[in-house]
Amino acid sequence: MNKTLLIFRHEFFNLIRRKGFIIWLVAFPVIGFSAIGIYMIVQGIGTGDRDLPVIGYVDEFGGFGEYTVQGELIFIPFNSQEEATDAMLIEDIDEFFVIPEDYLVQGVVYRYVLEKELDVPGETRSAMISFLQSNLLEGQINPEITERVKSPMLLASVRLDESGNIAEDQGGVAAFVVPTIFAFLLVMAIGSSSGYLLQGLGEEKENRVMEVLLSSVSPQQLLTGKVLGLGAGGLLQVLVWLGSLVILTQLASNVVGGVLEGLQVSGSMLILGIVYFILGYLLFAVIQAGMGAVGANAKDSQQMVVALMLPAVLPLYIFIFFLRDNPDHVVGTVLTLIPITAPMSVFVRLGLSEIPLWELLVGIGLMIAGIIGSLLLVSKAFRIFLLMYGKTPSPREIIRYLRES
Amino acid sequence: MPFIEVNHVSKTYGDRTVVNDLSFDVNGGEIFGLIGPNGAGKTTTIRIMMDLIKPDSGDVLILGQRLGEATKNDIGYLPEERGLYLNLTVVESLTYFASLKRMEAHRAATRADELLARVDLLPHKQKKIKELSRGMGQFVQFLVTIIHEPRVIILDEPFANLDPVNTELIKDMVFELRNQGTAIILSTHRMNEVEELCDRILMINEGRTVLYGDLAEIKSRYRSNSVLLEHEGELGEVSGVIRRQDHDGRTELFLDSETTPQQVLAQLLGQGVTVNRFEVATPPLHDIFLQVVGERQ
Repeated sequence: MNKTLLIFRHEFFNLIRRKGFIIWLVAFPVIGFSAIGIYMIVQGIGTGDRDLPVIGYVDEFGGFGEYTVQGELIFIPFNSQEEATDAMLIEDIDEFFVIPEDYLVQGVVYRYVLEKELDVPGETRSAMISFLQSNLLEGQINPEITERVKSPMLLASVRLDESGNIAEDQGGVAAFVVPTIFAFLLVMAIGSSSGYLLQGLGEEKENRVMEVLLSSVSPQQLLTGKVLGLGAGGLLQVLVWLGSLVILTQLASNVVGGVLEGLQVSGSMLILGIVYFILGYLLFAVIQAGMGAVGANAKDSQQMVVALMLPAVLPLYIFIFFLRDNPDHVVGTVLTLIPITAPMSVFVRLGLSEIPLWELLVGIGLMIAGIIGSLLLVSKAFRIFLLMYGKTPSPREIIRYLRES
Repeated sequence: MPFIEVNHVSKTYGDRTVVNDLSFDVNGGEIFGLIGPNGAGKTTTIRIMMDLIKPDSGDVLILGQRLGEATKNDIGYLPEERGLYLNLTVVESLTYFASLKRMEAHRAATRADELLARVDLLPHKQKKIKELSRGMGQFVQFLVTIIHEPRVIILDEPFANLDPVNTELIKDMVFELRNQGTAIILSTHRMNEVEELCDRILMINEGRTVLYGDLAEIKSRYRSNSVLLEHEGELGEVSGVIRRQDHDGRTELFLDSETTPQQVLAQLLGQGVTVNRFEVATPPLHDIFLQVVGERQ
């Protein structure tokens, strides 16, 4: 078997046998499915056996005799506050409200309850408002207009594509949520699997395995086998997460509804996800391998990586806080083209707008160029620094060694 | 054809020349000592032979081939800085490193069992490296070096931190490998190990060759024309002896240039001295090294 393949196999199986990797792999699906399960249970408790309150009211103002059925709630009239209080004390009703004589001037309605509560339940409040509005406008205007005043707008926003037809992707919160989650998963996967690479290299230097390894394989074979082996582990992680994400978004869309209605992962998103994962991973892994080679131990190398991961995550904040309304701004384009910021930028932008094809193609081209350039530099660093023990060299020393070699 | 040929190899870091125009060769079936004090350039020379470092000039041939991936498979290398994967088992370590030398998996597994049995480590084959004692770990490292049956073996300070029993066991195995025709380079700064094991030596200092050749011939070249004597009875006057020196129950007799050891022995026997031991004294390598370096400086 090819030596690169042997290292690939060794690294891959060592990675997927690690406890940390397995926990990380299943954590996302387990948390996601648990969250939906808990939501369904809570919803079941909230709606299944719920007792609707019986509500009384006292009309001291006069003229509030109609529209006593509001949705599922029924308002029962009482002649006086004393009568209503007695009814509540013997539990004929759960609560009541009083419309005082000066209601029209003051607008105050008094509500009386026995139970301690944080706030007026939304359903009760809405029903009372609707009851008051309907009675106030009764006979004044057309009932249809009354209804429209109560609910003046159901806004339906439709996005058209360049040819004037209704666009497939209609945007909105749901359209933003999926790419953003995707971007996070991607950066986490890149961070974790290339982190394993860094940790592995650091340990090999610390345990002095490196010299034994390099007496059997070339630095290039070692670098390639490690990057691909751990990358395959990372890809497995992302595929499991993506599979879970597809199922979770369908479930969330059906079960939760609301803003999550229409939540879905499109085919193009999946393809871009895989492409940007592979490219992003390779770039970060190769750079991190270089840091692993230069660092005297895993701790020193980890510190260097923090500086690398910051620009990877930065686009998320830039887009959310500064470019949300104008994602196609030149800054957004630049972030999409710079190899280190590209993976996160592409996914966040996909949620906010469409990315021109040329930007995607140039961005992918630049990432490939970045990977090749990093490979050449890191192969050099491997030769120079892998067998250096003791102190981590300063940036000036690193540059000097690279120049001299 | 020599198994290893090093031709005019030099390596410089910045303004410091670590290896300076070094040339030597090593044959199959011999143990070759690469010796010198710490910092003499031994490890750099070995790393160049292992293709871990590129020389600035000169070249190295292993079994007639220029350095490359193929030559790595023919070499077993025990580096001075040792290490194995702590979470792999003993047998996984042996078979993984054997596979990296292109040894077929089934053969590697059989050979691992053979070697572990040879050093009484077979019961520990499924233990993780981190569960082994330091001595056992050193053994496994040595077995990793030889498992793929290399024709060239390079041992960098192989006996460092080993107890006497394990040292002897590894020495026995090194002799066995030598007798099977393997070329073995032993790099060390301990001259006594070299005197015990090596057939030929290259002594280097500050990257340059100080001495190179057959060990016995070198020692003979630098001997001081003296004999070591263990005896009973009083020593009388012995003609041709210019000085006597007693150390550790033995007496060293320094002869003038006209007198041979045989003449001295004849005189002693003639005087009725009981001679328990009589040998031509040769200076230790350490003394030769100091003498040669001193002369050059």
